[in-house]
Amino acid sequence: MNRTKIALSLAAAVVLIPLTASADTLETVKKKGELNCGVSTGIPGFSATNSKGVWEGIDVDFCKAIASAVLGDANKVKYVPLTAKERFTALQSGEIDVLVRSSTWTSSRDISLGLNFAGVNYYDGQGFLINKSLGVSSAKELDGATFCIQAGTTTELNLTDYFKSQNMEYKAVTYDTSGQTIDGFKKGRCDAVTSDASQLYGLRLKMDKPDSVMVLPEIISKEPLGPVVRQGDDGWFNIVRWALFATLEAEELGVTQANVDAMMKSDNPSVKRLLGTSGDTGKSLGLDEKWAYNMIKQVGNYGEMFDRNVGKGSPLNIDRGLNNLWNNGGLMYPMPIR
Amino acid sequence: MAIYDVKPAQPAPVNHHGVFHWLRVNLFKDVKNAILSLLCIYLLYLTVPPLLDWLFFSATWSGSQDEVTKDGARWIFIIEKFDQFIYGFYPEHLHWRPLFVAALTVAFIASVKLLKSIKLKIAIILLYPFVSIIFIYGGFGLEVVETDKWGGLMLTVIVAAVGIIASFPIGIMLALGRQADNMPVVKTLCITFIEFVRGVPLITILFMASVVLPLFFRDGLDFDKLLRALIGITLFQAAYIAEVVRGGLQAIPKGQYEASESLGLSYWQGMILIILPQALKISIPNLVGSFISLFKDTTLVLIIGLFDILAMVTLTNSDTNWLGYEVEGYVFVTFIYWVFCFSMSQYSKSVERRFNTELK
Repeated sequence: MNRTKIALSLAAAVVLIPLTASADTLETVKKKGELNCGVSTGIPGFSATNSKGVWEGIDVDFCKAIASAVLGDANKVKYVPLTAKERFTALQSGEIDVLVRSSTWTSSRDISLGLNFAGVNYYDGQGFLINKSLGVSSAKELDGATFCIQAGTTTELNLTDYFKSQNMEYKAVTYDTSGQTIDGFKKGRCDAVTSDASQLYGLRLKMDKPDSVMVLPEIISKEPLGPVVRQGDDGWFNIVRWALFATLEAEELGVTQANVDAMMKSDNPSVKRLLGTSGDTGKSLGLDEKWAYNMIKQVGNYGEMFDRNVGKGSPLNIDRGLNNLWNNGGLMYPMPIR
Repeated sequence: MAIYDVKPAQPAPVNHHGVFHWLRVNLFKDVKNAILSLLCIYLLYLTVPPLLDWLFFSATWSGSQDEVTKDGARWIFIIEKFDQFIYGFYPEHLHWRPLFVAALTVAFIASVKLLKSIKLKIAIILLYPFVSIIFIYGGFGLEVVETDKWGGLMLTVIVAAVGIIASFPIGIMLALGRQADNMPVVKTLCITFIEFVRGVPLITILFMASVVLPLFFRDGLDFDKLLRALIGITLFQAAYIAEVVRGGLQAIPKGQYEASESLGLSYWQGMILIILPQALKISIPNLVGSFISLFKDTTLVLIIGLFDILAMVTLTNSDTNWLGYEVEGYVFVTFIYWVFCFSMSQYSKSVERRFNTELK
């Protein structure tokens, strides 16, 4: 549509203007007593509101974690729902302090938008949702399967590449919009659909019989999603990055929301450094020594956030997969706190 | 002497009155019409019963999600999320405030219609927006509710109402400015503004307001996102109102202008007492048309992350516990939009009748 194009190019032109945003985000946040956190306008499991109108999701939990690390209170967050088009400008203009909105970390965004990705809080990627009647358990057995695909998308491109590299073939039923594509799969016009894995699990629940379909374990593209901050404020960048690492480290060390008080007396030097009973990580970040304790006590470690919002404890029931810790076969590798 | 009674008239033959007559004249006049009628009846038969079945007979009206057994609409979703559709994120214990303003609005419309005294009317018209804003936003002892908590139908109505009310005087001034041949600077400015704004889609203006404007503000100067959108929408709507009113002004015969001048009225007196009442009266259908389209356009604010009722449907559908209820949500929103737009057009008809001096 022409209007959208004009609007988009305008937005793009604006995005390219180099900006000087406020220098000390930490100071600003402390002064406001509130963290302005950019979230989505509704992505199941990542950021959405429940029936009470309260924001929930793994991205929302990370906003809460930062707030409890910086301000000592997970509830001092102002959620700013942003569309995909305005999210980066909102960050650049200082409307938000951190963007946690399932944004893919790519070179072009990292380099030319005046932004920095502070890490990855969810490794997403293109996966497959198939009808169980197909009787396969791996993407490698999909030779000859029929796919519902949306024409002209990167997902289609990835699919073609993947099948070519595996020396397999697929039959395509092409649609114009994503809604039609899903509808086609629902009505049984094809054996499988492909999309970002995090969406496939939500899609599964929208089926008339969610148990008749399954998500295959293979991921064929890279969509690392992570929190974003403004470039040029290294102090704040450090805080967001190490908040993420600390929630992961907590999981690795077995520190949970339930046992964190008991862990304060632990002799394990790594736990002591994490919880601030020794060392001065908190102080060197410009935060309270109990910064990590506050996060874990009020929000939980990474594993707990994952399970609660997208994993076992949620209707989505997403497999940890790549988002498991490095010593459990995943990619989550927190840098050591010492 | 024979007395002749007037015999009562015989009823018309059966094929000249009643249902059969109506059917024959309207539906089965000739073969072509008969075929079309049968086709339409068949199409209605195909669509209406399943629709009614889905909407009402097989619908689930209460209970939890697990108890749904029928395959009709699951209205439990609407019931569960109803507050969010109407109030957005507005704090639950303060829901009475927007509700009160809604009641106030009804009273306001009624009093403007019923009251005789012009002075009282003007007082009410000036007071109403002020009171409404205080009740919805807060202040003066009421708890303040920031605009990012506003949403749902409440936001849709607020955006539309502010757009309509604020753009009206601006639009009239622009229309008069465009007609002001003796003030070339004003005229040029008005024409430039009108033509520029009308040449740009609303979505662009909203993008400007939400994405571009903040970049020019220094830190701390950033003002409310909703306010920015409201200003954008008001200016946009004003340009359209200006053109509608200009049409009305041009339809007034030159004699009326000359008459007002020969009575010794000043420009403003002539405009307010003679020209505008006539011009606005003939513009009513077009004005309301543009108001209705503004009401529907307000949903574009979802593109800048404001949650009007339509955006609320998308958001509530992202709740992992309530996935897959899009259809129910959209049907509900369609119904709400229809109720509002239809009421607006009915109200405009009644206003038109009231001001129609020619029949009196």
